Formats: sequence, structure tokens, C-alpha cells
Amino acid sequence: MNLRNTLTIRQKHILWAWGFLAIPVLFYVVIRFYPTGNAIVLSFQNWNLLSARTWAGADNYVKLWHDEVFWKVFKNTFVYLLLGTPFSLVISFLIAFHLDRVRFMHGFIRMMYFLPFMTSAVAMAWVWRWFYQPVPVGIFNNILATFGIPQINFLNSTTNALPAVLAPAIWAGLGFQVIIFMAGLRAIPTSYYEAARIDGVSGFTILTQITIPLLKPTIIFITVFSSIGFLRIFDHVFNMTTNNPGGPLNATKPLVLMIYDTAFNGFDMGYAAAQTVVLFTILLCVSLLQLYLLRDR
Amino acid sequence: MSKFKAFALGTAISAASFAATSAQAVEIEYWQYYFDARVTAMEQLIEGFEAANPDITVKMTHFPYADYRTKVAAAIPAGEGPDVVQLFYGWLNDYVEAELIQPLPADTFDPARIDAEFFPMVQAMKDGDHYWALPTAVRSLALFYNERLFEEAGIESPPTNLDELVEIAGQLTKRDGAGNITQVGITTGMNAQDHHWFREVLVRQMGGEPYTDDYQTVNYNSDAGQAAAAFYTGLEQEHGVTAAGFMDEPQAAFKAGMAGMHIDGSFRIGSLDKIRGLRWGVAELPAAMDGTQSNYSSYWVNAITSKAEGERYEASVKFMEYVTSDAAMQIWLDVVGELPAKPSVGMTEVNANHDVYGPFIRGLAYANTTIFANESAQRQVLMDMVQHVSIEDQPVNEALANAAKAEQVILDEYYAD
Repeated sequence: MNLRNTLTIRQKHILWAWGFLAIPVLFYVVIRFYPTGNAIVLSFQNWNLLSARTWAGADNYVKLWHDEVFWKVFKNTFVYLLLGTPFSLVISFLIAFHLDRVRFMHGFIRMMYFLPFMTSAVAMAWVWRWFYQPVPVGIFNNILATFGIPQINFLNSTTNALPAVLAPAIWAGLGFQVIIFMAGLRAIPTSYYEAARIDGVSGFTILTQITIPLLKPTIIFITVFSSIGFLRIFDHVFNMTTNNPGGPLNATKPLVLMIYDTAFNGFDMGYAAAQTVVLFTILLCVSLLQLYLLRDR
Repeated sequence: MSKFKAFALGTAISAASFAATSAQAVEIEYWQYYFDARVTAMEQLIEGFEAANPDITVKMTHFPYADYRTKVAAAIPAGEGPDVVQLFYGWLNDYVEAELIQPLPADTFDPARIDAEFFPMVQAMKDGDHYWALPTAVRSLALFYNERLFEEAGIESPPTNLDELVEIAGQLTKRDGAGNITQVGITTGMNAQDHHWFREVLVRQMGGEPYTDDYQTVNYNSDAGQAAAAFYTGLEQEHGVTAAGFMDEPQAAFKAGMAGMHIDGSFRIGSLDKIRGLRWGVAELPAAMDGTQSNYSSYWVNAITSKAEGERYEASVKFMEYVTSDAAMQIWLDVVGELPAKPSVGMTEVNANHDVYGPFIRGLAYANTTIFANESAQRQVLMDMVQHVSIEDQPVNEALANAAKAEQVILDEYYAD
């Protein structure tokens, strides 16, 4: 008679599981999936936040295709990715690999590497922004000037600005990647290394035949994670170039900054949504591609 | 439990008494973005208004600037939010089109009278036979100068024309042994106020008109525009009296005492006042060689929203009258440091000859107001123009022509809808 009594134990388990799952599922639907769907719809509309939305068809995408700034920004975004991910991966592996063998003040050194990751990106970006200034403010140029070397235009240059902005972003993410790599290194059973040593294998062979292959899941995780991070880079760029966001001449502008500018300075929400959909697609493709390339055979 | 009951009873009683008083009184809501001095000034105005109109209460709500537009846009169509709202003059078109605000009644706010009483740039708020909105206060540009550096260089008074500006800036510029600038004669940066200086001041002073067709057509790609662009970029390229981005931003260089002169708006006064050890003065913007003066003015306006109806509308009209009165403008000047929007308040002996406010107020008499479609995008065009010249060595005239084209695209897109 009672519904509870008619269910099997297994059905009850399932019911309970879904009961608990309902909260996160609802949460995701309301604050993730609904806005995502809404943004996709919005990308086919015109909306300035004030008046009613009107249908625009594919106008926003056509405009995007013909927008020179968009292609420049598109390129920048991939430069961030293609410079940032390999550099941070190699540097963090080297640090982790050697730090793993250091016993002297191990915890302190590890903390020093992790500290930038905990620091607010905004504060860090501003400090670096001042480091990069010409004399009399910037520390780098002051050092150069002391030795009579001509100043370097770090931020006010179309060629130097992007690497200059990227450097602190790489540095900031390093601590996290080092920790993950070290965890990966510790997870490799020492018996493999012992066996290799008994066989008289060289250190290089151990590295390439044992350590790196066994680190593969870690490498996949860090690659995907940091790729998404560099594709979404915003706070470092914005804070280091607030006088001319993404400048000079759009040399440092990533896609996210263009979206922000279109939406909240231009109030062209439809166009911004179209850019967002493009970014979403890129993120999806890059992540899937990486998972495919690094999959277990 | 008894505590809870007492609390519930108390709430009920206060709610009842509130309902009783509000039966006779009208409450209207006023919204502005959060800026300390503005909130203080508005509190004073509301106090004065409520004393004069005991049957009306005004509730002020303020938001961080970043959320302002979104909140207003969401609230008014829902019948919530403000009866009287503050908005930037450049947003008027958007607000009108979205039907968020209603025209000011012509019998109380007679356009002919407003034309006569307010500074002329306020007419940008007029549409045919009515005004949409009115400012309490306005802002303009002037030349800030560092008195200590002037004394050190033996310069007696600030420049009155553009030639003197270049000459004095030259005397104030310092370089180290390697030729790096360590002190600029005048700050520059299109990102700050210089894009206004270029558009509305330099172009006009060279005999041009920056826009035609009610600011819908870019017109600075002309001889006058070329002369203005050559003068502006020449400050760094030719005369070497400035460096764009020196000390990160112009106002920072001036605050640090590393810049002789600095063009900025009246809203900068408050933050300069707080810098210890900085002695500064203000002068009107340098005139052209033929004596032509020009200035740029911007302002925030108050408007009645489409939500206000019936007795709330009546109360809102009264409130609008009050905040655009002479007394309100004087309070706004004293508390916020923003300039009165009417000559009758601004041009009084005391205000027009005030050491600090005077040059700004006198500048209002010949100020123009750019009607922007998208201020940040239009500013970006001019920043890019200067950087094409300074970083990529593009000829000035070519960079100017490209800028005019790019800005026209922005305007066309905006006015197409």
C-alpha cells in the first residue's frame, strides 16, 4: 500500500542517491547550464542591456568573421597557449624533479614556489606592471640604466608586451604544477628505480623510460588544466594594461578581455555572447584534442 | 519564546505605524552610483528637500559603478527601483530608446528658460520642445601645474597659449645621463583626459570642428585635425617634453611631483588635495595662437524614470526642481567639488575667481560636450592613433585618417539601429 514498502532495496538505494544528487544537479542546471544556453541564444540576438532583445540571425558571427581585432585577439589567445603551456610544463617539471631530491629546507623551498599561486593575481600583476615601467619607476629598467644599457620597452611595445605579460602568469601558476608533479613523482613505486639501478641503467634512461611514462596521467592533467588557464587568461593582462586594456595596439589582448570590453564597455551583449560561444568551442576542442592525443593506448 | 513574541509584536507595531504615516506621505526613490562625496552631498540635499516638503520622503540607494547600469535596466521595467535616477549624459540615448526615462514636463522645466539659465552644453539633453534630463553639476578641463617645479625652473606663471606651453614644458623636462626622461614637462596619455583635449580643444583651436551632423560624422581628418595631431604627437616626438606612459599614468606622475604640468578634469581636485607636500595650481587650458579657447565638459544628469506615476511623479518633479536649483548647485560644489551647471551660480564673484575652481568654471563658458556612441571604443581609436605613430612610426596624417575611419565605423554602427 505504501510506496516505500513496494520498492526493492536496490530501488531505494537509487532513490536515495538521486535524492542527494538532486541538489548539485539542480545547482548546475540553474547556474551553469541555463546561463550557457542563454548565452548561446543571446549570440543570435542584439541586446544593449537596456532595451528588449531583438533577433539578429547570424549577424554577430558574420561581424566577428570580418572583425580584424577579433583575428588579432584570436592569434594572441593561441600565442598565450602555445608559449605558456610548454614553458610552464617544462619549468615546473624541472623544479619538481630536482626539488624531489632536495632534503635541505625542502618544505621551505616548496612553500616559496607555492606562494605565488596563493597570491592575488591582481596584486601580482600590478607589482610586475611597476617592475616593467621605464625609469624612474621600473626596477628592471633602473638596473639597466645603472649599467648604461638602453632601456627596454617591456609593456609599451607590440613585440615585447605579450611575453612580458605572460611571464608573471606562468610564474604564478608554477607552484601548483610543481606540487602536482611532486605528488606524481612520489606515486611512482621505488621498486622500479631499485630494479633499474641493479641493472645499471643510466639516469637519463631512468628519466625517459620510467619517470616520464609513469607521469603521463599527471602530465595530461597539468596540460589540460594549464591550457584552459592560458586560453582564459584575463586578470594578468587586464591589470597590467588597464591604461589601454589589451594594448598597445591590441598586442596583448586575449579573447576574454575582448568579450569583457564588448559586453561592459560597448554594452553589445549579443556580439559579446558570440565571442563567448567561440571561446567555449575553442576550449572544448582543445581539451578534447589533448585528451585524445594523450590517451592511453 | 517570549522574546520572539515581543520581537514579533514590536515589528508589527512599527510596521503599522509606518503604514499610518506613509498614508499621507509619498516616498520616492533616488538612485545614484556610489561615490563618497556624492552620497554625502545628496544626503544634504534630501534633508533640505524633505524639510521644505514634509509630505515627501526620498529614499536614496547607491550601487558600485560597475553594477549601476545593469541594476537600473533590470529594475525599472519591473516597476521597481528609482523614480529619479542619475545617469551619465552619454547614456541618454540608450535610456530614452529603452523607455526608462520620461521627458521633464515643459511647464515646470521650460526649455527656453533652461536654454537661457544653464551653460550651453546642457542643451545636449534637449529634444525638440522638452528636456529629458538636467545636471546638478558639470565637469571641465584645466591645466594643473606643479608650483614647486615652476619656482625651481624660475617660471613665473603658467602658459597662456600653446607655444608657451611647449616652451615651459621644455624648461621643466629633466633627463638622466643616458637621455632617459626622469621628469616630464607635461604629462600625456590619450587614455586619460587627452582624448577630450584633442577632440574638443586642439582640433577646434586649429580652426576645425571635430564632428558634424550632431556628432554622427567624424570631421577631424582635416587640415585642422592634422595640425592638432601633429601638435599633440609633436610634444613627445619633436619637442621631447613628455613621454606617454611615463610613471604608468599621467595623474600618478603629477601626484608624485615628477611632472610639471598635467591636463585633467575638475574631479581630480579632491584626490590632489590629499597628496602631502604637493603644491599645485590650476590655470585655464592654453589658448591657440589666435586666442581661440575651447574646453570639454561632461556631466551626470538626473532624470525622472518611466516608473514614476501619479503622486510619485508629482513628487519627483518637485525633487528634480530642487536638485537643479541654485542652492543645490552650491552645495554640490562645496561638498563634491563639481562645478555648478548654471552661470548664475558658477559665475558669481567668489566662484569664478576661486583659485582652484575658477579656471574650470571660466572654461565652462566656451566648453563643448562630445556626444559619444561608445566612449571607451572612441577613446581607443585615438589611443591607437598615437601608438601607431609612436611605436610603429606611421606618418601622423595616415594614422589620423585611419582613426577617423575607424571611429566613423563605430558611429555608423551605433546610429544604424
